[in-house]
Amino acid sequence: MINRKVAAIAGATVLALVLTSCASDRDGDDTNTGTDDGSGGGDTGGGASDATFVFGAAGAPASFDPFYASDGETFRITRQIYDNLIEYEEGGAAPGPGLAESWESSEDGLTWTFALREGVTFHDGTEFNAEAVCANFERWFNQNEVGQNAAVSYYWAADFGGFAGDGTDSLYDSCEATDDLTAVVTVTRVTSKFPTILGQAAYGIASPAALEEFNANDVAAEGEGFVFPAFATENPTGSGAFIFDSYDEANGTITLVRNEDYWGESAGVAELVFRIIPDENTRRQELEAGTIQGYDLPNPVDWAALEEAGNNVQVRPAFNILYLGLNPTTMPALTDDRVRQALYHAINREQLVASQLPEGAEVATQMMPSAVAGYNTELTAFEYSPELAQQLLADAGMSDLAIDLWYPTEVTRPYMPDPQRIYDSIRADWEAVGITVNPVAKPWNGGYLDGVQQDQAPAFFLGWTGDYDSAANFIGTFFESPENNFATHEYTWGQQLSDGLRAADSEPDEATREGLYEQLNADLMEYLPALAISHSPPAIVVAGNVEGLVPSPLTAENFATITITE
Amino acid sequence: MLRFVIRRGLQLFIAMFVLSVLLFVWLRSLPGGPVTALLGERGTPESTAALREALGLDEPLHVQYLRFLQRALEGDFGISNGVLRGAEAIDVFLTRLPATIELSIFALLIAVTLAIPLGYVAARRHGSALDTGSVIGSLVGVAVPVFFLAFVLKYFFAIRWGLLPPSGRQSVSIDATHVTGFFVLDGILTGEWDAAWDSFRHLILPAIALSSIPFAVIFRINRASVLDVLDEDYVRTARAKGLQAPVVRQRHVMRNALIPVVTTIGLQIGALLAGAVLTETVFNFQGIGQALALGFETRDYPVLQVLIMMAALIYIIVNLLVDIAYAVIDPRVRTR
Repeated sequence: MINRKVAAIAGATVLALVLTSCASDRDGDDTNTGTDDGSGGGDTGGGASDATFVFGAAGAPASFDPFYASDGETFRITRQIYDNLIEYEEGGAAPGPGLAESWESSEDGLTWTFALREGVTFHDGTEFNAEAVCANFERWFNQNEVGQNAAVSYYWAADFGGFAGDGTDSLYDSCEATDDLTAVVTVTRVTSKFPTILGQAAYGIASPAALEEFNANDVAAEGEGFVFPAFATENPTGSGAFIFDSYDEANGTITLVRNEDYWGESAGVAELVFRIIPDENTRRQELEAGTIQGYDLPNPVDWAALEEAGNNVQVRPAFNILYLGLNPTTMPALTDDRVRQALYHAINREQLVASQLPEGAEVATQMMPSAVAGYNTELTAFEYSPELAQQLLADAGMSDLAIDLWYPTEVTRPYMPDPQRIYDSIRADWEAVGITVNPVAKPWNGGYLDGVQQDQAPAFFLGWTGDYDSAANFIGTFFESPENNFATHEYTWGQQLSDGLRAADSEPDEATREGLYEQLNADLMEYLPALAISHSPPAIVVAGNVEGLVPSPLTAENFATITITE
Repeated sequence: MLRFVIRRGLQLFIAMFVLSVLLFVWLRSLPGGPVTALLGERGTPESTAALREALGLDEPLHVQYLRFLQRALEGDFGISNGVLRGAEAIDVFLTRLPATIELSIFALLIAVTLAIPLGYVAARRHGSALDTGSVIGSLVGVAVPVFFLAFVLKYFFAIRWGLLPPSGRQSVSIDATHVTGFFVLDGILTGEWDAAWDSFRHLILPAIALSSIPFAVIFRINRASVLDVLDEDYVRTARAKGLQAPVVRQRHVMRNALIPVVTTIGLQIGALLAGAVLTETVFNFQGIGQALALGFETRDYPVLQVLIMMAALIYIIVNLLVDIAYAVIDPRVRTR
């Protein structure tokens, strides 16, 4: 018996050593390269702080090429490495100058001329100019088959809708460098989204030399995953305030260093480190122990304690919507307007927002937040009236209505910090008017999202955080295609709503467009494909000695403004 | 003998094949999937379908499996789409394995160095306050969930008193060279003493948390074993013939008492690896346990397949080696 166990231990050890010696070669290489690169930028800074800012990230980035990303963990890092043609104003969502100092469109709204900033260089020393801008557009447009996948180049597919040679209409037509600092971009149709979309992290401008040298477009699908080229994994090269230094996979840390030759104001810290800490409690403890200086989306129940401990909880303006979606596919009773109205009238949202959502949350009057152009200020919150709800149900002959109410588990979203409590609150309201509520709780990625997207859930909670200031990004995303989570094609007004959204999006005149969106928002509150619930402000927390962080409603913070005091 | 080895080798292949089929089907029958993990609420029918197609998930299960098998035989186990996107799944395993081995070894060292002396002393002072206290303590050690102990340890040692780091494997301020992937060993090998010390400090709390279960088991086995041996005739004989007490203890009591303890330690290695999933998650220790947890969250099929298959392979090979060794020693086994 002993022999058997001793042999087992010995065998395991030998095997382990063999296996790990294979792995270690790789690690060694990675780290060495990282260290060598790192010493490049640090020594030239005159008088700036040599402090390090360590941020607790919730997950690993997909890569360091934002064009192939759609997740916040990737964008938080790439935003520091790349600049965009257009940057959203600090602490806001309105488009402002970035690498383009100004831009103007032709009368017909199809030709856009960008006047570029002078004296900008990429991290590899090459010059930023109009040729570089066009090289980026061409690079985005000319993707291989895998790159054309709507899930790989998510933002391009969502915003521009097509690639070179894929046979579909793309919003992008051409780009021409008319002189060194003037880039002229032509689009194929008028849309409210252009050029505002160019401020999104996905459209960070990269060095054309690096794009070519490190085969940026060679993304491949292999073995149930995507393999990214060297540009995305080891050589991301932008013109931003921080330069990529290294990614230590064994230790879960990503290091960026200050760009000493940055065209704008240099970053306030010499080093920016992202430590991957998947567990939220652990992130909080690391902050309390002082081993990280910030993390994103602290749980609202911790805000007060974090503040008390001397940290700085920065609450962002709410740029999101939580709604209760309704889908009549499996429950035809929902096509009766009175039933949807009754469900809405029965919900006490004032109380829900006050008791279940963080401070600063608001009751929603429509399907998008007030900061977005096209918000209808004349709409008032849908009235809370249990009596009216009961009356409407009685009129519809549905006094014994029973409904499956879906809510997700194992998840928190910026617009929905605690799904279970929101569910409890609404179930109580509905039961109070005599509705039978059957709870359907499923893990977010374990049946919930799949069920919602496959029309299985008659009532469900979902929401959206805006990518930029545009009604198209909110109500357009939800309802423009009639094949949506709400199955609006089942309603008589479904197609009309789609057409209206398309017309508004392609209206070139800004004032007219806003008017159209205002009307659409009013219409939506008549149609009620979903019940708008609330706007909930997400927070970001930094240690007490961290200054200069400007919270962004788009959760697009620029870490270059951060300084650390002793 | 050769026939025996061949037969067992064949059994190994069959076992791995059956496991791979079951695992493949089971993982894909879990609700949710990598597509949902990647797209979240941004998924539309078009993007969901496009992604399923690109990942090959739209094809019939047997086609997917055959492709997986073909690749696996060529040494390609797929690409991670959740734990470390874009990385080879096998590299995720290899990069993270040293962390888990390092943690397990330290946990076992703590358990053994504390449990054996304590078990011995408790048995010698059978019925004393120390004995009762340690027995209760060991019961608590078994009963308290690892994550709770981890939380308490972190709260006091890392946050309240700031003596030790709350999580991770190495401080970001340390510029360490990784040679073997065992961070403490790396520090010693390269002479980077600050890195070795820093990694060691990161190991202390998770190792203590993880050691609680083997500690309790080893302590109780050792105590019981010492009690048994103290009653043995040969111990009485040794005393009777006038051997000095320390000689009796070392030569007769300890030695014989340790035999079942060594067996127990071997058995605890499996429990250690299982406990690593929780400990690594709570302490953000980048080992295979944490990768397993993250893999399930993101439905990272390639990584989950590699991690589970490799764990099974190690287990089977070790057992195979043991059986072969037995067969060498005991000819009767060969014919069975």
